[in-house]
Amino acid sequence: MTSQESIESLSRSFPDKIQHTTEFRGEMSCTIVANDLRGVAKFCRDELLFDYLIDITSIDNFGEDPRFEILYHLYSMPHAVHLRLKLKVPEETEAVDTVFDIWPTANWHEREIYDMMGIKFNGHPDLRRILMWDGYPFFPLRKDFPLEGLPSEMPDVAFTKVTPLEGGPFVTLPSTATSKDREPRARPPEL
Amino acid sequence: MPETRATAYDSKIEGNVIFTRFDAALNWVRKNSLWPMPMGLACCAIELMAAAASRFDIARFGAEVMRFSPRQCDVMIVAGTVTYKMALAVKRIYEQMPEPKWVIAMGACASTGGMYRSYAVLQGIDQLLPVDVYVSGCPPRPEALLAGLMKLQEKISRERSFRNQKPELAEKLEESFA
Repeated sequence: MTSQESIESLSRSFPDKIQHTTEFRGEMSCTIVANDLRGVAKFCRDELLFDYLIDITSIDNFGEDPRFEILYHLYSMPHAVHLRLKLKVPEETEAVDTVFDIWPTANWHEREIYDMMGIKFNGHPDLRRILMWDGYPFFPLRKDFPLEGLPSEMPDVAFTKVTPLEGGPFVTLPSTATSKDREPRARPPEL
Repeated sequence: MPETRATAYDSKIEGNVIFTRFDAALNWVRKNSLWPMPMGLACCAIELMAAAASRFDIARFGAEVMRFSPRQCDVMIVAGTVTYKMALAVKRIYEQMPEPKWVIAMGACASTGGMYRSYAVLQGIDQLLPVDVYVSGCPPRPEALLAGLMKLQEKISRERSFRNQKPELAEKLEESFA
């Protein structure tokens, strides 16, 4: 079964759940409706034999509506075929259904998305932060979170400060000059 | 008639006694037996291991006894990127080291945050610990770390150890001699 055929099979079984499909270099992606994620996921695993969830990633399309997007990268070991499921998640959505009982590897991927993007998952067994510490008040991969960070303080656990992004020996100057002129070692140290 | 002689001179032990300042002797002992706490957090730790291995051989400077218990360490070598999540753990380990203690910030990340201008990285371990020697490089070669260690030895040999660590006793002695 090819990637194309699996999409067709998916569209037949869930005629109103598949919003649109795209193809890029032989790999198929399809956008699905959020409220039937688990049905589609179970079908992909059991009927289409996508037995391997490679990764779950999330995108912040800041300024658009719906704001977030979650991508499930699937792979079928028996058919050697990739499939990507996309899920649009509006900002006001309380939580997305978990798929950890369908693909156990989703457990940590969903924790990472919760940690970095702040999207919660219904029915997740252990939805704690995975990279930052419990109690860190921000979601750093959101587009409205500044690169230099925000100050925070948790006594005896951790603190953060705002990072200086200009000056210093490791910052490349923003200009149209060649990289030789822009890069730190080409400049004399600032005294 | 009782024989008198200088108390400090005895022909029987001539050549075996050295006069020196107490600090100089103490510092000489300390600087040649620095037990490092290997705080390896990133790629600098690989160079730290290379410095300890046979080719570069940190044992030539008396610092080969890497201790993984902070209670047995003299110098913490912070080798690598210190994230905010790790920062207070590094501080806790430093606080468990007995006095006197020193810190080497090894490499760009430990010294300044290095190339990680990011929300997650502490911009230099000197924001938390008193750093004695900064070693530049990304990562520094083992020779650079050894040079840093020798700088630290120079610094230790200039320290007023007795006065710094036993101020009351030093004062008492000064009073009694005054």
